[in-house]
Amino acid sequence: MSGNLIKVGMADLNAAKSPASLITYGLGSCVGVTLYDERVKVGGLAHIMLPDSKAAKEVGNPAKFADTAIPILIEKMEKLGASKGRMVAKIAGGAQMFSFSKQDPKKSIGQRNAEAVREKLKEEGIPIVVDETGGNFGRTIILHTDTGILEIKTIGHGVKEL
Amino acid sequence: MLDNLSEKELDALKEIGNIGAGNAATALYQILGMKIDMTVPRASIIPLQEVPEVLGGPDVLVIGVYLRVLGDASGSILFVMPKDSAFYLVDLLMGKPAGDTQVLGEIEESALKEIGNIISGAYLNALSQFTNISFIPSVPALAFDMAGAILDVILAELGQLGDYALLVETQFLGGGDGGSITGQYFLIPDPDSLGTILEAIGVKSK
Repeated sequence: MSGNLIKVGMADLNAAKSPASLITYGLGSCVGVTLYDERVKVGGLAHIMLPDSKAAKEVGNPAKFADTAIPILIEKMEKLGASKGRMVAKIAGGAQMFSFSKQDPKKSIGQRNAEAVREKLKEEGIPIVVDETGGNFGRTIILHTDTGILEIKTIGHGVKEL
Repeated sequence: MLDNLSEKELDALKEIGNIGAGNAATALYQILGMKIDMTVPRASIIPLQEVPEVLGGPDVLVIGVYLRVLGDASGSILFVMPKDSAFYLVDLLMGKPAGDTQVLGEIEESALKEIGNIISGAYLNALSQFTNISFIPSVPALAFDMAGAILDVILAELGQLGDYALLVETQFLGGGDGGSITGQYFLIPDPDSLGTILEAIGVKSK
């Protein structure tokens, strides 16, 4: 697991070839979508903030939304030699950091983000092999492009390698 | 919408923050018996992605007390502190010796939420009197986690309307026997309530 570490900010995305790793910090209600093509060892990571660009008053940055970010990420990876048909997805985040009332019937923004990501990946035909969404805690995630392993770090909820 | 606010409009928002912060500092002094200095606020417009940097970076561990502001002009309030400051605040509020609080349990959380409540009540009251707008704070919620994760909910709200955030930020500084308090207090108006606020204080032509 050597190679450089590429930071992906909030509402941003990037793709890289082995041995680089992609990291994004502090996912709360945001969802981190990682895609990986094992054959060519190319990975991609998007830090998604909102479910649907069509519901926004102003789209602005397309990397913000699940429906617009995922196709851009796929395209970026294809430019590095990846093929959509071989990609698998691992997703994490979509937490509810603050809860005001236990019986709030409205879905949290985290839940809605995770659902939108699942739906878009299904539409693109990319299987989700790891789904670590929900809870009430933040996550920092690292995709290692040499192995395809997703490392998930939390405060007080352990570290996972999946 | 946010990226074309004038210098004069930003100054007016800073002044609003100043009035609120002054009142909040007085309220804090009354409950803690300790003078807490609050800096002259900054009003800044920054890209959403850069907001976590204002808290020291997205992976910095902080305690955040969050309130939604309802009423005529909606928005968010976020009160952020490092763990040590939060624990010292709990000691002060509960009359314990400095250094006594070591874990964030239910009682400590509710003490911190109560502080969030008191300062936000004072802050918003001053704003209401100055602007004649009614600002109603929600009950507070608390999280102890990475700064980036804590900010997500607020930024997602803003992200539906654009790529920028307007932050009216005040810093807290205080200390006494065996402890110190530093914290950041943010008023983050929803973009569509900005016009209401600016109009009320007469800096926006209708």
